[in-house]
Amino acid sequence: MAEQPVAQEQQELSDQPEQPTGTAEEPAPAPVANSTVPSRRSLLGWGGAGLALGAAAAGGAVAVARSADSPAPAAESGAAVAFHGAHQAGIATPVQDRLHFAAFDVKTDDRAEFVQLLNDWTKAADRMTAGRTVGEGAYGGLAEAPPDDTGEALGLKPSRLTLTIGFGPSLFDRFELREQRPEALLDLPKFPGDNLDKARSDGDLCIQACADDPQVAVHAIRNLARIGFGKVAIRWSQLGFGKTSSTTPEEQTPRNLMGFKDGTRNIAGTDTAELAKHVWVSDSDGPAWMAGGSYLVARRIRMNIETWDRTSLQEQEDIFGRDKGEGAPVGKAKERDEPFLKAMLPDAHVRLAHPDTNNGAKILRRGYSFTDGTDGLGRLEAGLFFLAYQRDVRKGFIPVQQSLARADALNEYIQHVGSAIFAIPPGVRDKDDWWGRALFSGKA
Amino acid sequence: MRAVRLSVVTAAATAAALTAVTGCTEKSSAQGDDSVIAVTATDTKCEVSKKEFPAGHIELAIENKGSKVTEVYILFPDDRVVTERENIGPGTKQTVTAEVKAGDYRIACKPGMKGDGIRQDVKATGGGTTAKRDPRLDAAVAAYRKYVQAQADETLPKVKVFADAVKDGDIEAAKKAYADSRIGWERTEPVAESFGDIDPKVDVREDGLEEGQDLEKDWTGWHRLERSLWQDKKITDRDKELADLLVKDLTDWQNRVGKAEITPTSMANGAKELLDEVATGKVTGEEERYSHTDLVDFKANVEGAEKSYELLKPVASENDTALTKELDKQFAALDALLDKYRENKDSYEFTSYDKVGEDERKQLSDAVNALAEPLSKLAAAVVVK
Repeated sequence: MAEQPVAQEQQELSDQPEQPTGTAEEPAPAPVANSTVPSRRSLLGWGGAGLALGAAAAGGAVAVARSADSPAPAAESGAAVAFHGAHQAGIATPVQDRLHFAAFDVKTDDRAEFVQLLNDWTKAADRMTAGRTVGEGAYGGLAEAPPDDTGEALGLKPSRLTLTIGFGPSLFDRFELREQRPEALLDLPKFPGDNLDKARSDGDLCIQACADDPQVAVHAIRNLARIGFGKVAIRWSQLGFGKTSSTTPEEQTPRNLMGFKDGTRNIAGTDTAELAKHVWVSDSDGPAWMAGGSYLVARRIRMNIETWDRTSLQEQEDIFGRDKGEGAPVGKAKERDEPFLKAMLPDAHVRLAHPDTNNGAKILRRGYSFTDGTDGLGRLEAGLFFLAYQRDVRKGFIPVQQSLARADALNEYIQHVGSAIFAIPPGVRDKDDWWGRALFSGKA
Repeated sequence: MRAVRLSVVTAAATAAALTAVTGCTEKSSAQGDDSVIAVTATDTKCEVSKKEFPAGHIELAIENKGSKVTEVYILFPDDRVVTERENIGPGTKQTVTAEVKAGDYRIACKPGMKGDGIRQDVKATGGGTTAKRDPRLDAAVAAYRKYVQAQADETLPKVKVFADAVKDGDIEAAKKAYADSRIGWERTEPVAESFGDIDPKVDVREDGLEEGQDLEKDWTGWHRLERSLWQDKKITDRDKELADLLVKDLTDWQNRVGKAEITPTSMANGAKELLDEVATGKVTGEEERYSHTDLVDFKANVEGAEKSYELLKPVASENDTALTKELDKQFAALDALLDKYRENKDSYEFTSYDKVGEDERKQLSDAVNALAEPLSKLAAAVVVK
């Protein structure tokens, strides 16, 4: 954090009093307000390896950071992820450490007003993912008005922030969109054991904010919610503090709160063939506006942490079908060894979730651990906020969850308490494009 | 009831706390040295770089060189607050700006954020550089001043009905008169709160008492009586004294409210503050926790905000048409939503808030956010550019 004071220069160039920001790294190139200075550090690459992965990722969803005004690449964490691309970032992107996920209800009946919001949101998302403030910035503006940006991300790096929008089934009851609702965006069936809280389920819209810094993710949701007041209102939101999946096979699979590596055989963000087959909606899938998009299932899965912790090691390993130390499938030596399903108990989690058990169904998992303090009974209010992307839920989450909900030995220790499904539109191509344009304009 | 003070003159505090982290030196103002007053606060002193400065836009460049967290105030001679900055940590710098007319002021530092503070008398000289104001805004201020006075004048007889019922020991009559006696106050609360001493006497809630304050001895005003009527279900001799005291304190309000400092900006920000009151106190049901008459206060707060808005609208709509269009729409939406909770639009008999479910409260909260967000931009639309 070797910060250079640059504000002195800015003051002389500005007729407004400017505070030192301590945020911009490079000397400011021109008379600038904080709305135009990159307020978070401009960096390229994510720990070296990430740079290569990012650049190679499918459809340019992940790419190296901006930009014209930061010529010097720095091999440090916290880079920016490109906002524009054929697919939305935040799906194939190497999984960031933190999550703030928000579901919204639409409050307006005015289609033009809603379209304007999508445009405003797109602009703000473009700026924030690049590490900039929204609107006119967080300070230095009119003293009588609240600043456009709330300011808590000043001085923080872009932190690989990605913002991913989704449209829930209920959105298509509005704005004469009924005909546009994809068949695959169905209302999820009830699964055995579900104990869903309506207040933590569904939503007309969602925004997934992932970043390596939690404050950057929260800042993004907070500012988008603020821009949306009067048009949309947050229905529920979820913070996630630790990633439980990896889309980069070179990385260790992160452990969930049960202490196990789960989701080892995730789809890699670099595997364009697998992504095309299992994650991205193709031109022929229909409807046309979804080409390049995906479907997201979000499930809030509460874990009975205390009873799990009292379970013997043998039983824990039997339930998952992996050993706890290495994460190797039963009878194998290494985490990524091909599992021999018949060696596992019939109700083992890995066996039931495996594609071979589910007609080849594969999903891209991007879940996060959560702990929302404790419940009134002194138990950790903790678990997994499960996020899965797929080309078609009927060939992805639904068959897998049907087999798990029926028989998974893990069910004794978990309960699904929140659920939502969203259609994830394709990426924002360029500066003139906006979230949901193909859906609302009828032009691909 | 929060200790929110009306921003009687435009004030903005800027967070320069980052300076300490980055090692940047505090800037000098780009506006010329005349308007900048350096304030050096320590645990025992409050030094100012000059005691006279031209009226108009001023800036306090505050540095806390003490070991305690401090606050810095600009006060009128009668202790009304012009502007303030709280939570200035040891070793940090903050900037506060204000627009002041010619006259006497005090700058006060409060090390440890306690007590009356260490004070310095200062003077704003000359006619100042305040730009000439749109006569329509002057008319708006005059009309609002009249409104504020009328609210106080109409409230006092209602307060007397309430107080008389308490003194008669008539619980039912007192309950009936309670909410009605508060409407005028709630409509103009930010102005009343700009007199720092009245609000804590008449409108403090049980949770607003400080450590060591006694529920029986130190708690006065409407909400103490609310608790007696609805929670304790009895009227004590002390309550009868409190009823008289309430009339006395509100008479003081009636006598002083017409002299409050009011500007177009303070009207606009006062409207926003009324919605803040709704968002933090009424939507949660905290304000009227015993009587559950929160929706009456809610309605009164919205009416007060709407009054300010209507008066400022002719100018605001020229400067920002999209904003006033949005405000018209959101005021109408919130009014329509509130109307669902009363049978008769001419009556202030609203549904008891304990009968308003979680889903309905969420709807109300969403509607408040939908209005308050654009309302926070109203001040900018009436500022002299």
